[in-house]
Parts: sequence; structure tokens; C-alpha cells
Amino acid sequence: MALDFSNATVKAWRRENGRVGVRNHVLILPVDDISNAACEAVSNNVKGTMALPHAYGRLQFGEDLELHFRTIIGTGANPNVAAVVVIGIEPEWTKVIVDGIAKTGKPVTGFSIEQKGDFETIRAASWKAKEYVHWASELQKEDCPISDLWISTKCGESDTTTGLSSCPTVGNMYDKLLPQGIYGCFGETSEITGAEHICEKRAATPEAAAKFKAIWQAYTDDVIFAHQTDDLSDSQPTKGNILGGLTTIEEKALGNLEKIGRTSTYIDAMGPAEAPSKGPGLYFMDSSSAAAECVTLMAAGGYVIHTFPTGQGNVVGNPIVPVIKISGNPRTLRTMSEHIDVDVTGVLTREKTIDQAGDSLIEMIIRTANGRLTCAEALGHREFSMTKLYRSA
Amino acid sequence: MSIPQLLVHDHEDNVGVVVVENLKAGTEMICVVTHDNSDFRLVANADIPIGHKVALKPLKAGDTVTKYGEDIGRMVGDAGIGDHVHTHNCKTKRW
Repeated sequence: MALDFSNATVKAWRRENGRVGVRNHVLILPVDDISNAACEAVSNNVKGTMALPHAYGRLQFGEDLELHFRTIIGTGANPNVAAVVVIGIEPEWTKVIVDGIAKTGKPVTGFSIEQKGDFETIRAASWKAKEYVHWASELQKEDCPISDLWISTKCGESDTTTGLSSCPTVGNMYDKLLPQGIYGCFGETSEITGAEHICEKRAATPEAAAKFKAIWQAYTDDVIFAHQTDDLSDSQPTKGNILGGLTTIEEKALGNLEKIGRTSTYIDAMGPAEAPSKGPGLYFMDSSSAAAECVTLMAAGGYVIHTFPTGQGNVVGNPIVPVIKISGNPRTLRTMSEHIDVDVTGVLTREKTIDQAGDSLIEMIIRTANGRLTCAEALGHREFSMTKLYRSA
Repeated sequence: MSIPQLLVHDHEDNVGVVVVENLKAGTEMICVVTHDNSDFRLVANADIPIGHKVALKPLKAGDTVTKYGEDIGRMVGDAGIGDHVHTHNCKTKRW
């Protein structure tokens, strides 16, 4: 008998725009790579803040620049973030980021370095960061229905056990919680290859199916085959996947797609780091299958909890979104259990059903929303990896 | 029933997955089809690592390999019943 989660609530923070966050970060957010040092200095001055250094933000243009802005703004706008100090080298792009985050109604202030230098910028930004930390640390949690959660998924270091156990566990969670009104998200465009015909059929509408197919075809033509220099069999599946027994991309894709369950259908296909715009339901997001890049994009899309099935043992985390790891591989549980939040090895031994495994994941989602640190959080995994579409000018 | 050593997704599949560590050649495996929990027995012809695939039927080079009831690639070498199926004898049809 499956548990009933229809009246489940979590203790979380309701933000100015009505969204629910499960963490309460004060971010020191660099617009560009050369502002990382100032951000890290502010974060060092003011405890309870977190700097998010990254590698890009200068001389980008066109679609690549739009994606950069969307990722930085989306990260600051995420409901797991209470307030943001933005630092950029010059004032104009800094203002683009501040204005984008300010639409949520949350406190955000920008600082630019040119004509001031790091010292003066760090001094002024530290005062603002301290003000934000005092304010954010007094915000109170409230009871929020589980339907207010936005939950994304992406698997990593997959093997044949993920398709048998941890991926269908996530799928079972979606089959149970999407009808409650949550937002869901899956992606990994190139990793659908071999199962794209099945994914197409899982769209809720012909429009969503067509959008997915166009995104998948463009990634295949413009990214994969445009840059192919040798047999991709060493990259997709990865060496780790192959050690775990996965042989082909088709096999990997079919296991991957187990994450969207048996009955769930997606209502839209979005670009990378885009926020869903068609109401509650499941969304496909165009994204790389590289773990940190993909989770960063989904966090920027507004998702507040990430569910991450792994077979061989991916250790990824995210600075603002708790990443819940699920594994059914007994060797991985034996050798690296410090990374696994939900043990579903019982599915392989037939001592646990997928239905029971799905319930155990939902229970862990509730505990995580209520404040339990994930393994990735406890171990300090804060991978913040921007997706770059092409070389800068 | 004891813990199975091999799981198979679908009755149409011609490969299954070893789900225990240290499987030795000659082991008569308890095999379960997850679709309906039916079971059968099969002897492993090699030491096959956890997560790796075993042929359920005789497979020849050029044959389609089926898992999840779907096409996951083609054989590029032969495999008898109980043999290891992986990158040495199976390849994607996509790239």
C-alpha cells in the first residue's frame, strides 16, 4: 500500500513572489570572472554569505550572452536565495543582472569595480551583505504544501543498475507528486539519443512533442555531429558508464528516461536555464548531460530540490539547490556511501518494490525541504558550472 | 525465493544484467524478469562484473540487441547463451 502524500507539508520560506524556497542563502554573485576575487573577499568578511565564482561573463555575445545572463539572473532569483549582492567589473551589465533578480521582489544590490578598485567595492558590498545576512537570518519558515516544490532530476555516472532501480524510483516520485501540482524537470538532450522516439510520445501535446524533437535534432546536428572527430563511444556512454556495464547510448538513454515514470507526460520543452511558463507539470529542458552544468541550468530555471540517481557514484552538488543522491548499486553503497542519501539496493534484491522506493525518495524530499542537509551539502559540493555555447568575441 | 543474480527488464529482451558482485563462471543464476517477476535459471559462462550483461539467447554478429523491449545496438561478434555481452561484441547503431 503506497503512502498518501496528498496532504503533506514542508517547513520552508515563502518568498516575495509567492515561490517556496527550502534554503535561505545570501549570495555574493559575480557578473563576470574578474569579479570573483571581490565576491570571495566579501563572502570571507561576512559569515552566512556564499560567493559563487565562475569562469565566464566577458566578451560574450548573442545567444551565448543571453544564456549567461539568464543563468546568473535565474540563480539569484531562485527561491532558495533570500537576498543577493551582485558584483561586476562595470555598471551596465551589473545593472542587467540586478534588474533581472529584482523582478522577484527580493533584496538585491549591485556594485561595480571600475573607477573604485577591489578595496572600495569590497568595503561597500560587505556592509550591504552584512545587512542582508541579519535580515535573512530572521526570516521564519512556514508550513507549505508539498505541491509548492519545484523538483528537477538528472542522473550521473549511470550504469545498468540506474535503469533498474534509481531512475524508476525518481519516475515513481514524479508519477505520485506531479498530480499533486509540483513542477518537474528532466533534460540531458544528447542522452535521450536512442530513446528519442519514446520521449517524443511522452509529450502531453503535439506542440510539446515537436518542440522536444526540434531541440533534440538541433543538439544532434549542431553540437554532436558538427564537432565529432572520432567515435563518440568513449564520451557517450562515458568510461565510467562502460565500467558499470552500459554498452551503447541507446541503452543509456532508455535507462535515463525511466526517470519520468510510467504515467507522467511533459507539457513543454524549454531552452537551457529557462523558467517554466505553462503552470504546474513536467518540463523538458535542453541541457548538457554533464552533471554540474545540467544541475546549474535547472537551478537557474527555478527548481529548488534536485533528485540525482547514480550507479557508479557521481559526487556532484550545487551551491544553492540540495542534490539528493539515489543509488541501487550495492558496490557503490559499499564503497562510497557518504555520497548516497537514498539507498534503493533492495530493488535489485527484490526486497523492495519501485513503489516503496518512490515513497522513500518522497520522504527524503520532505526531510530535505525541512532542513536535512544532503550528502552533497554536508561534503561541501558546490559545483556551479556555466554552460557556454561558443567562444567569446 | 533467494536473491536473484540476474535481472531482465522485459520478456522480449535477449540480454539480462548481473546485479551481484563476484559472480563466478559456472554459477547457475536465479534470473528474474522485472516486468512480471517471473523467474528462470541460466548458467554464466564467465566471471561477469556487477552491472554487465549476459546473453539470454545465442547472438550472432549483426543481430539486434534488445533490452527494455527496445533496440540498444547491434552485435559485432558472436555470443552464446550465458556469455558476456559488452563493448567487445556489441556496438551502438547511432555513432
